[in-house]
Amino acid sequence: MRERQAWRALDAVLDPELDEPITDLDFVRSLEVEGTRVTVHLRLPTAFCSPNFAYLMASDAKDVLSALPWTGEVVVCLDDHHDSDLINRGLAADAGYRGTFGDEAEESLEELRLTFRRKAHTAAMERSLTSLLRQDPELKPHRTVLADLPAGQATDALLRRREALGLSTDPASKVLVDDHGNPYPAEETPVRLRFARSVRISIEGNAHFCRGLLKTRYPEAKANA
Amino acid sequence: MYTKDGESYFIVDAHIALWDARPANQLNIHGKQFIDCFYDYHRNLSPESELWPYEDYLYYGGERLMKDLFEDGYVDHAIFQPARLGAFYKTGFGQTEEAFDLARRHPDKLTYNHCWDPRFEQAGLDQLRRDAERFGLKGVKLYTAEWQGRSRGYKLDDPWSYRYLEACQELGIRNIHVHKGPTIRPLDRDAFDVADVDHAATDFPELNFVVEHCGLPRLEDFCWIATQEPNVHAGLAVAMPFIHTRPRYFAQIIGELRYWLGEDRIQFSSDYALWTPRWLIERFVDFQLPSDMTEYPPITVAQKKKVLGLNAAAMYGIEVPAGLGLAEPDPVAV
Repeated sequence: MRERQAWRALDAVLDPELDEPITDLDFVRSLEVEGTRVTVHLRLPTAFCSPNFAYLMASDAKDVLSALPWTGEVVVCLDDHHDSDLINRGLAADAGYRGTFGDEAEESLEELRLTFRRKAHTAAMERSLTSLLRQDPELKPHRTVLADLPAGQATDALLRRREALGLSTDPASKVLVDDHGNPYPAEETPVRLRFARSVRISIEGNAHFCRGLLKTRYPEAKANA
Repeated sequence: MYTKDGESYFIVDAHIALWDARPANQLNIHGKQFIDCFYDYHRNLSPESELWPYEDYLYYGGERLMKDLFEDGYVDHAIFQPARLGAFYKTGFGQTEEAFDLARRHPDKLTYNHCWDPRFEQAGLDQLRRDAERFGLKGVKLYTAEWQGRSRGYKLDDPWSYRYLEACQELGIRNIHVHKGPTIRPLDRDAFDVADVDHAATDFPELNFVVEHCGLPRLEDFCWIATQEPNVHAGLAVAMPFIHTRPRYFAQIIGELRYWLGEDRIQFSSDYALWTPRWLIERFVDFQLPSDMTEYPPITVAQKKKVLGLNAAAMYGIEVPAGLGLAEPDPVAV
C-alpha cells in the first residue's frame, strides 16, 4: 500500500528535458519501504547525463516522497553517474543545488526548469495544432482557441503545460502563443508553427535516444523503448 | 567512392578519430565511464552485424582505421577531429602522433585537425601557432565541455576563446568544428546551449562553424541560429546511425536541417569508430522518406551527393575527381 503510494508520488517527477515521468522512463531502479523509511535508487541512460538535470530529478524525487504524510527518513541515491558521490552527499545533507555543486553552480535550477517547461509547452501546442490541421487543412492556426481543441490526452497535456507556465486556460484563449502567452501576428504563424515542430521533434527524439541507451546500459530495464 | 544504380558518390567522412581508451591510458574512473558511454552508443544504434567486441573498441589502431574507411568503407577522404580529454586519459583520448603520422603518409586520404582549449590562455595560444605550422591546420575540433582542473567547460564567446579564434583567422584555420552534443557537459544552465556559437559566428564571418551532432540534443536551437548565420554548418556525427534504429526520426532530422539550413550546409560523418562508414553510406544512398511523411520534400540524388562529400570537399578544398561532382548543364557545342 505504502509502496504503491510512493510509486504514485514519483509519477509526478518529470525529466525536464524529455517532459516525461521518471517512472515511465524507467529511471527508478528500486524502491523500498520499511515502516516510515523509503529508499530509492535512480539510474540514468549514461554516466554523463547532465549533472544539473540529474540533481533536479533526484531532489524532486526526495521532495515528493518527503511530502507523503507517513514518510520519516527518505533516502534517494543516484547510481552509476560521474557525479554520484557529490550528488548523493548533497541529497543526504539536503544541501540544495548550490550547496551540492559549490561555486560551479552559477544559477539556481529554476531558470533551467523554466527553459524546459517552455519547450514542453511549445511542443504540446504544436501537437494540438498539427493534428487539427490534418483534419482541416483550411484551419487558420492563429485564430484557433482552446475551445476548438477536441477533448482528449493531447489537449489535457497542453492545458497542464499552460498551467505550469502560468498561462491562461480560458477556452477563449488563443492556442498559438509565445512563452508569455501572447499571440503571434498572423504573418508569423507559419514560421512559429514550423519552429514549434522542430522543438517537438527534438524532445521526442531525445526521449527515444535516452530510452534506447537506458536499455543498452541496463538490459534488465523494461522494454518500453 | 560508392556507386549504386548508376550514380557515383564522392565520400568525405568529416569526423573520424583514432582513440586509445585502453585501461593503461585511463587516468581515472571517468576514462572508463567515457568509453563505456561511447560503447553504449555503439551497441544501441548499430545493426547486429556491425557490433565490435569491447576490446577492439578500446583501441583499434591505424591499420584497421585505413581498412574500415578506405578499403571497406567507400571513403575517399576523411578528417580527424580529435578530442583531448586530458582529465580522463594519460596521453589524451585522440592519439595525436599516431593520427598525424597516418595523415602525413596518406595526404590524399586524410586531413588532420587538431584541438585547442582557451583555458590554457597565452601558453595555449603560442602552442596553437606551433601546431598550425606543424600540422598544416585547416581546421580544429573544440570540445567545449572538456574538464580542466575545477572547470567543467568553456564557451566559444569567452574573451580567451575570441583570441584563439582571431589567431585561427590569421593562421588560415577556417573550419571550426564544435562539439555541442551528447556525452560530457559542463554544469551550466543548459550545457547544450548554442548561443555562444551564434555570437562567434556573427563576429567571425570568415570562419566556418561546423556544429557536430547538428546540435542534438538541441536540434531546434541549432536550427534557429543556423538560419541566421550563413557560416554555421551541421555535422551529422551521431545523427547518422538513427537511419537504422529510428528511420522516421532520422528523416525528421534531415528534413529539419534541409528546411532551416539548406542542402549545402550538411556534412556526412560516421564519427568513426563509434560507427563504421560502410553501412551508413549504403543506407543513406538507399534512404527515402517514409511515404506518409508529406511534410518534407523527397531527398534527391544531388542532395545526397552534397551531404556525402561535396559540401565538406568544398569547405576543405579537397579535389573532386572529374565526373563525381554534380552534373553541370551541357556546355553549348562549338
